[in-house]
Order: sequence, then C-alpha cells, then structure tokens
Amino acid sequence: MQTVDNAERARWMGLLARAPLTVLQAWSQSDLARRCGTYVWLRRPETGLMMLRARAGGTGAKFNVGEMTVTRCALRLEETSSVGVAYVQGRSARKCEIAALADAALQVPALREEIERDLLEPLRVRHEAEAARMQRKAQATRVDFLTVARQTAA
Amino acid sequence: MYVAVKGGERAIRNSHELLAEVRRGDPAVPELSLEQIKQQLKLAVDRVMTEGSLYDPDLAALALKQAAGDAVEAIFLVRAFRATLPRLGYTEPLDTSRMRLWRRVSATFKDLPGGQVLGPTYDYTQRLLDFSLLEPASKAAAPEDERAADAMPRVVDLLDGEGLVERHEPPAGDPDPLDLTREPLRFPAERSVRLQNLARADEGFLLAMGYSTQRGYAHTHPFAGEIRHGAAEVEVIPEELGFPVVIGEVALTECQMVNQFAGSKTEPPQFTRGYGLAFGHCERKSMAMALVDRALRATELGEEVESPAQMQEFVLSHSDSLEASGFVQHLKLPHYVDFQAELELVRKMRRSA
Repeated sequence: MQTVDNAERARWMGLLARAPLTVLQAWSQSDLARRCGTYVWLRRPETGLMMLRARAGGTGAKFNVGEMTVTRCALRLEETSSVGVAYVQGRSARKCEIAALADAALQVPALREEIERDLLEPLRVRHEAEAARMQRKAQATRVDFLTVARQTAA
Repeated sequence: MYVAVKGGERAIRNSHELLAEVRRGDPAVPELSLEQIKQQLKLAVDRVMTEGSLYDPDLAALALKQAAGDAVEAIFLVRAFRATLPRLGYTEPLDTSRMRLWRRVSATFKDLPGGQVLGPTYDYTQRLLDFSLLEPASKAAAPEDERAADAMPRVVDLLDGEGLVERHEPPAGDPDPLDLTREPLRFPAERSVRLQNLARADEGFLLAMGYSTQRGYAHTHPFAGEIRHGAAEVEVIPEELGFPVVIGEVALTECQMVNQFAGSKTEPPQFTRGYGLAFGHCERKSMAMALVDRALRATELGEEVESPAQMQEFVLSHSDSLEASGFVQHLKLPHYVDFQAELELVRKMRRSA
C-alpha cells in the first residue's frame, strides 16, 4: 500500500468535508470519478451526533457547548484496496460517500494529481474566496477612530 | 363523583388537522421554504440551534416552520430529535482565537490589535420600523474594504502580561468534562457543568438573571471585555485515523466579561472573568451567559452568596426551557381526579368548621 502523510490527508479531508454537496456531486459524475472504480462499504453512511467542546474563557477547562450532526462512512476501492474515510458535518449521506470516495482515490498515486487539480484546488480557491469576501465586508465595518480625532481637531 | 372516561381521540386527531391548517395559513400565500427561514430568519434559527443544543441550521429551520415560529416549541422539537441519533463522539475543543471573525468589539479598549469591527449589528440602528421592507427589493451588496485584516488576539490575553486579569488555564491533566446529556445535574456543579447548562439555557431566563446582577443582586461590576462572532473550524480525531481532521465549521458568538474584583484571602485584587458562548449570532444570550457564569463563581472567589444569580441550584435548575415549559404547561392537561379530591377535601373542611 502507498503511504500518505497524515497532514496531507487531513488537509484534503478538511476541504472535502466543507465542500458544497453540489460541487461534490458534479465531480462524482466526471470521468475521473468513474476511473476510481467500484468500491465496497466498510461502514455505510451513518448520521449521528458529535458533542462540540470548548474551553472556559477560551483557554481554560473543557466544557460541552452542544452537539452537531455529523455523517461518517468508510469504503474500499476494489481495484487498489485503498480505504477512504469521511466525517462530514450535517446529514448528507451522499456528500459523505463522495468525500470518502475522493479520500480513497487521493491515496492512489495514479489518480491523486488529477483529483488535486480538478476537485481540491477549485474547492480551496472557492473556500478562500468566500472567507476573503466576508473578511473584506467585515473590514469595511472596522471603526477608524483616527478619522474622528482629525475631524474634531479641525 | 368523578368517573374515568375514555375519549378525545377524534378531537385530538382533528386538532392536529386544524393545527396544520392554521400553521399553513392562507393557501393563496406562498409557503415558506426552509431556505427562506435559514436565510431570512437567521437569528431565530441561531437561537433554536443554541438552546436546542444542536448545530444543524436545516433542522432548526424545519423546527421553526413546524412550530409556526414558536422558538421554545422549536427548541423542544430539536431536543426530541437529537435523542433519536447515536452519539459518534466528541470534538476537539474549539479554538475561538482562530475564528474567522465577522464582528469583534471591545468595550474596555478603544485601540486594540485588529480594531473594533462592527460587522452586521443592530446596535447602531435607529430602531425605527423600516417601511421600505414592506415591498420586496433587492439590496445592494455591502461595501468591501481591501485593507488586510490584522490579527485579532483575544482582548483578555492582551492584559495577561501584567497579571491584572485572571488567567484561565486547563486544570492538571485537562480532564474531560461531565456531560449533562449523559449524567444528571448534581450540586455543587463545577464550572464546566454550569457552562454546559448555561449554553443551552433559555435566553429570556438568562437575560433576566444577568440583568439582576447589574441591578445589584450580586455585585459583579462587569465590562464587556470582548464580543466576537465568526466561524470556527471543528476538528475531530476519528477513531480509525488517529489524527485530527476538520469536519466542518460552526458560527459562534463568544463573550468575555471582565469584572472588577477587590481580591480575597487567596487572590490579589484583579479582574475576574465570566464566559459566554453560543451557536450562530446570539449576542444577547452569550453576554447574559457570561454575566451569570461570573455570578455563579461567587463561592470559588470567596464572595457571599446572597442573590438568586449566585445560587447554583436556583439558576441551573430553572434555566432549561424544556423543563420549565413542560412543567408549567402540564398544568393544562387533565387534573380532573386531583381537583375532584381537593374539592371533596374543601367541602369536608367547610362541613366540620
């Protein structure tokens, strides 16, 4: 079996988990996704709860804030025996399945580069663009006290 | 004499039908979609997620639709639903210092790294009814500012250098907290348990409790050290992988109250802290939570426990809208036999008087 760096895998799993279902679904119809081949379930998609933890004051003792819905599954590609796992926020079994399929395929050297290019890179760009757009809007609401000081001095 | 009777099945069935009809309203008016509720009644969705103690905007929107906008009923529906799902585990503690911030203000420092970022807030609105909303209209996009955002460290960490604000560090061994969804509430409850209780507590109750501390029922002299609202990544360590992965993002509102404190036998004069954290944009809730959290630390900080907001049993036993609403509202269910018995008793007392 090929070995994959944990940090690398965590990176793409994070991108896949936050991907919109529509984007994943579109990719799952692509030739590339079809080339991943057939797979067997190791764990069928299962929706449950994860308890979110935080820390008192942000840095102190752990406490339970409340739960969130999470769907998880695991599958194995029949051709390469590569195992894909997905834990994704929400209740979409389909999203979880496609994320696990991509995770399995990304561990196959022959498929990885193309999936990086066709799926992960657009996801990363999309995620960062959305974050940057929100940040620019927030930044526009930043109080500029210096301007106020200058006006009163004049 | 009262005789037990069966019945009401037809009446109940028809009541459900009538409820559905009334909930839907005039069929000539387009039906609400969940997407509309999620997008346009976002703060109601956030409250249902926070007090329903379940982060899932779709389910919260569905609950609001089903409950015809009754927040407490919607919270009940969400809590009942969560009881049907298996627990898959616990997340890593959220790191609120790394949130992507949409809003961050401090009432204690004017000039602080990252500045005062107002974000979307009702704070500076005139509170005049906006009749332009009577007609649907497409709004222009909000302005954007290309200036790079500076890092926004937590305000309470800025004062840490001088030791004037108490530090919060994980206790030895960083133990896992007791989970109120698994274990009953017991007294005295430690702070982690109190925070879980307060996080899902009814907003109105916490607001009144927090307000009472400001009016003199528990002297805690609060300042809003910092309020931040944004999105935090959720990390879990799946059992089959053994390393942390991000599974999504949650919107949060965090409030750090900073309270004047004269010191005690063991602590020098310094500022103490209260903490509030809520799902979505629930600012009033997280501020009230922080006030009550601080008041409930009275014993730990050597303060006299004199007021309701400082009393654990009073606050924590009455904070849950599910329990409170259930017990109050059960009064309208048939009590025919109980009342009949009391009626007899009063008649007997009259006769023997």
